[in-house]
This record gives sequence, structure tokens and C-alpha cells, in this order.
Amino acid sequence: MEVLKIATAGSVDDGKSTLIGRILYDTKSLTSDKLEAIEKTSKQKGYDYLDFSLATDGLVAEREQGITIDVAHIYFSTAKKSYIIADTPGHVEYTRNMVTGASTSQAAIILIDARKGVIEQTNRHFFINNLLRVKDVIVAINKMDLVDFSEERYNEIKADFTELMAKRDYQDQNITFIPVSALKGDNVVNESENTPWYSGQTLLEHLEGLDRKDIFNSGTPRFPVQSVIRPKTDDFHDFRGFAGKVYGGELSVGDEVVALPSQTKSKIKEIYAYDKKYETASRRSSVTITLEDEINVSRGDMIVRANELPQIEKQFTAVISWMDSDQLKAGGKYIVQHGVNKVLAKVDKIHHKINPDYSGIDENVEGLGMNDIAKVTFKLNKPIFFDAFKDHRTNGSFILIDTKTNNTVGAGFIQ
Amino acid sequence: MNKDTSHINPLENEAIYIIREVAAQFEKPVLLFSGGKDSITLVRLAQKAFWPAKIPFPLMHIDTGHNFPETIEFRDRLAKELGVELIVRNVQDSIDAGKVKEESGRYASRNSLQTTTLLDAIEEFKFDACIGGARRDEEKARAKERIFSVRDDFGQWDEKSQRPELFDMLNGDIELGQNVRCFPISNWTELDVWSYIQKEEIEIPSIYFAHKRKTFVRDGMIWSAEDDIVFRDEDEVVEERLVRFRTVGDMSCTAAVLSDAVSIDKVVSEIRDSSISERGARIDDKRSEAAMEKRKQQGYF
Ligand SMILES: Nc1nc2c(ncn2[C@@H]2O[C@H](COP(=O)(O)OP(=O)(O)OP(=O)(O)O)[C@@H](O)[C@H]2O)c(=O)[nH]1
Ligand SMILES: [Mg+2]
Repeated sequence: MEVLKIATAGSVDDGKSTLIGRILYDTKSLTSDKLEAIEKTSKQKGYDYLDFSLATDGLVAEREQGITIDVAHIYFSTAKKSYIIADTPGHVEYTRNMVTGASTSQAAIILIDARKGVIEQTNRHFFINNLLRVKDVIVAINKMDLVDFSEERYNEIKADFTELMAKRDYQDQNITFIPVSALKGDNVVNESENTPWYSGQTLLEHLEGLDRKDIFNSGTPRFPVQSVIRPKTDDFHDFRGFAGKVYGGELSVGDEVVALPSQTKSKIKEIYAYDKKYETASRRSSVTITLEDEINVSRGDMIVRANELPQIEKQFTAVISWMDSDQLKAGGKYIVQHGVNKVLAKVDKIHHKINPDYSGIDENVEGLGMNDIAKVTFKLNKPIFFDAFKDHRTNGSFILIDTKTNNTVGAGFIQ
Repeated sequence: MNKDTSHINPLENEAIYIIREVAAQFEKPVLLFSGGKDSITLVRLAQKAFWPAKIPFPLMHIDTGHNFPETIEFRDRLAKELGVELIVRNVQDSIDAGKVKEESGRYASRNSLQTTTLLDAIEEFKFDACIGGARRDEEKARAKERIFSVRDDFGQWDEKSQRPELFDMLNGDIELGQNVRCFPISNWTELDVWSYIQKEEIEIPSIYFAHKRKTFVRDGMIWSAEDDIVFRDEDEVVEERLVRFRTVGDMSCTAAVLSDAVSIDKVVSEIRDSSISERGARIDDKRSEAAMEKRKQQGYF
């Protein structure tokens, strides 16, 4: 069984939190005490319906203002899958939180208010989900109850969005349109009687039908070493294992590998998960590997198959999403965290800013402000071992850390 | 609901990855151990993460003095078996030193008093990372918290300026005096934890299973009457019932549920069919809708 991570996107008040609450309600995932709390608060607020956004808006400030400020993670499961949904804020000033939500998701739901249609925020959210190569995108045209479940309105919005799709960079992304009412429940979990003209799946049916191949991009196995395990006990006196998580593919006993950066060759001797030995480490498994030869490997190094070397460079160009109120400037120094590896980096050049609403690029840029997206070249104090983001989601991404505040101030996707 | 447990594998892989990151990125981590099922699960995950080496950090229990005796006995035995250091700090000592004031009356609990004792212990040992068993499905303020959650000098959580967490990357860089709360099982649900305990055949304290206990009912909840820790009015009638506990926090704020689940298999199927959330049995969260958020801001785990 799969765990499917999904992020929501859409402008303020498009109904993201309501939609998630509705899914929980219709799949009977809300426990009776939580449901009671929602009923009570909805009544206090004078609503004649259940305000499902109360199920996810967990902070006091959020409930007071009726908006989502920070990402919440919501869990539910069906007979087929376990789901983790990130409820992201729609407000423009929280775009960085959207990038965050999309970075860990395999699918995204972009909501559109049927009365408003495709707006600037829709472009932006589609752009981000495309930039982050989220494989499956559902465009949920919401609040259909407020446009009399009009097929014509639905088709208009669909046509506008389809125009946008022509401009996207990552064409392999799977896109599905669904007319819904989050508040009333139409086509969310249950089929709607109000949309006889729509013959497609409900939102949940679509998610249930997604297969491994629909949600994961395939790549090459990469094994970044988190730590070296040396028990030095009588039973394991000479044991020297490399602990880490396998990304992108599988590694097997007997594989000819090289350790980076030293480029020393060896072979995989054993693969352990806890005290059990395995022939193969599957992708995304946390294991401990031993090698045939005593070679020098430490935290931050990477073990890869000998004939599948990544790029090993002291410089790279990436599209970055800037998340801090202090500006990023050419010449600025940051820590690049690439997986578990940290190196010092200097901004060599800001090439241009990319307008995330598909309105083009901006060349003369001095610095980057919060929520800006731009193409930037970095120089590093030592080499890292990377793939292009389009070939490897994990080994092609990194975060930027401010050396003074220690905050995570940006995320990047290597070109 | 599902009976298939293979979805726990990705959760286990993620948790082991996180625990290894904590050990590698911090100088002095500690695992906060309450003797409850979540922290017992954490201990198993930590064992797996470093095998065949020992767990490279100590366990610490903030003892309210109101714990079920079964949990304390269990705690001591587990630490001994693992060969790891167990640190215990007592809320009673903070009370005796006049640092906190004991609550009184019907709903008196030592649960929120733990915060002071915890922050003092962090300072005493200069811990820079505390691994905790909090899960995002427990409560909606927790649903907002990061896996690495930075606390300032005063142990406080600033919910409005949390660091973004992207992909698998965890940023543990901090200034001197700050510390980080790390939550490896953030993405697990209560049912996931129970299914894992079942699958791994992990031993847990006996109070998690159905047993006969002298109890009384208040506000629709069942309270233990076997000790004088839970305040009881004269007219509240004591009766023997078949019950078990879903969480084993402080006795004064942990209610029991009627149950005949005497084995882990029965517990798992009971949880699967249950319509009440586990925190529904904790009176401290019912005090107000924002109770948890407030306690977290002050430094509670
Ligand atoms: N009529 C109608 N109202 C809806 C529907 N979905 C949401 N709403 C209402 O729209 C308002 C905003 O809903 P939320 O779910 O809070 O919106 P959101 O997208 O989560 O907003 P942010 O998180 O602040 O970006 C609420 O008053 C909802 O009741 C719908 O399908 N039909
Ligand atoms: Mg919302």
C-alpha cells in the first residue's frame, strides 16, 4: 500500500481548507469529538452549515481571521491508500509555504473559484507545481453551487487553463479537471447529481486510481551517507557501515560502486535494515551498507554505481525560490545544503527573475525579494555531486541557509 | 479501514532518516521518554537506526510523580536492557524549589508543570536537540509544526516564523542557547503506531491492555480511583470496570476507556473502529480550543 502525499493550492478563500475538511467528513475520518467541536464552533459563529475549514485551521490567528497562515498536514486513509494532505495558505505573501508543500508531494490539487476563474494566483500555483515537477495535478473548479453548476462556466475555465498548459516547461505532468463544491460535497468523494454533464471521476476516485508510475519520477540510485556506524563491540569489532537513505532507484549486493568525492572504487558487500540482511535496498529505504574494501567514507559523501556518475562540480546554475525578507544579492554568501551535505556558496550571478505568472522574465535585477523566483549561478568552496532536477528530484534540489540567522532562506532546483 | 500495514514502511524509513540526522547534526541530543507508546516506538526506531551500534544519546523522563507505577517499572527495565543512560528529572523538585505552583481543585493536573522542569533539564545538560514522539494527527496545533522545530533561549515556539522544510532536507543549524525539538514520527497516525507495535512485537506497559480497575465517571469520562491522585468528590461513585488506557500521560488528566482488548491484535482492531480521537480522553486539551497551541508557545513538547 502507498502513502500518497498531496498539496493543495489556490488563491485565498478558494476553499482549500473546506475541501480537505469535506474529504475527511465524507470518508468518515473525523472522529466524533472533532466533529462535535466543528459543529459547536460553526454554531457559535452563526453559520447554518458546518465550517469544515475548522478541521484544519489549527492556529488561533487562523480561526480569528478565517484564513490559513501556515501549512497543516492532515491524515486519512481508505482501504487502498494512506493519504497525507498539506493544506497550504493561498495568500500571496505565503507563496513560499506553497513551494514547501509542493516539494514533498507527488500530487497537487489546484482550486479555482468558479465565479472568478483563472486568476494571477492560479498561474503562479500552476507554475510552481510545474517547476517542482509534481507529477499529477488536479484542477478542482470549486464553488460550482454558486454558478448553478453551469457546464458552460466550467468549460470556459477549463479552456483558459488549457491555454496556460501550453506554456509549461514540464509537459509530462498529468492534468485532470473536476467540477466540485467543497462546501456541499459535489464530486469530492461522492458523485454529484447536479452535474449530469460531467462523466469523469470524483476527486477521491481519481486519487485512489493513481498508481506508483503515475506519481514517482524514476531516476538513478544515489546514496548520500548520513553517518558511519562503528559499534566497536566484541561481536562487531571490525564492522564499518554507512548509514543512509537510497534515492532514485535500487542498490544491490555486488554492485560496483564509487565513493564520492574520493572516486575510490569498491563493491557493495552487505545491506542491512536493522539486524536483517537484504540482497537489495529498495528506493527510499533507510539502510546500512558495508563495502568490500576499507575505503575512506564520511558524512556528506555519496555512494553511486561506478557507471552512473553524477556531475561533480564547484559551480552550478539553478532556478531558486527566495523565501526571506532580506534580499539575496550577487556576491552574497550562503550555506548550500544539498541532501545531507553542507557547503559554503557565493552568489556568482543573478541571470534573471522569472515571473511566475507566465508573463516572462525580468533581466536587470539587483536583488531578490521574498517569493521571487530567479535563475542564479553559485560558486562553492568544495564540489558537490548532483544531477539536474529534471532527472533527479532529490539529487537535483538544495536549500539555502543564511549564515547569520541559520534560517532556511531559499530552495533551488539545479538545471 | 485497511488492515494492510505496508504503508508503515515509508513512515519507518522516514523516521530512521530523521533520527540519524538528529544524531549527526547536533552535539548533544536527548530522547524524551515518557514510557508511553509513542516514545517506546521512538526507542525501537532509534535502535534500528544505529544497529549494531548502541543508541548514541540518552533517554530523559520528566516525571510528574503522577505516573502509573507500571510505566515507571517498564521505563527502568527498558533502559537497562538497551544499555543507554536514563535521566529522570522530577516535577516534585520544581514544586519544592518554589519554581512552579501546584494546581488545586477538581481539574488539578501536573501536566503543564512539566514545562518548567523540562526547560531546566535542557539547560542543566546543555541539550541542543530533544527528540519527541509528537504526531501531527494528535491535535491541530501540532499539525502545523515542523519536523525540526527551533526553540529560542526560553524554550518558546514561534508558530508564525517557522523555517520552511523542503524535500527531505532538515536544517539543524542553530545559535548557542537555542535548541531544536525533533519529531521523527510527525507523519504517523495513532493507528500507524499501534500497527507498528503489533508488527514489530514491541512490548508495552500493561495498562494499555484491558484490565479490571476501580474507577468513577465524571463529565462522561472514566477516571482511575485506585490512587488519591485524581481528585474525587464524595458523591462520585467508585465501581470496578474493565478498562484500558489509550495514552499514559499524567494520571490526573488521562481518562480510561471501556475495553475488553486484552491483546495487541484486539487493541489494533479497537482503534481501527474507534470514533473518538485519542486526545478526546485528555482533559487538558478540552480546557480550550487553543490549549495545546498555548502550551507549545511556552515550551511544552
Ligand atoms: N458556496 C460555497 N462556498 C464555499 C465552497 N468552498 C468553500 N466555500 C467558502 O469559502 C470560504 C473560504 O473557504 P476556505 O476553505 O477557508 O478557503 P481557503 O482556500 O482554505 O483559504 P486560505 O487558506 O485562506 O487561502 C468559506 O467561507 C467557505 O465556507 C463551495 O464549494 N461553495
Ligand atoms: Mg485554508
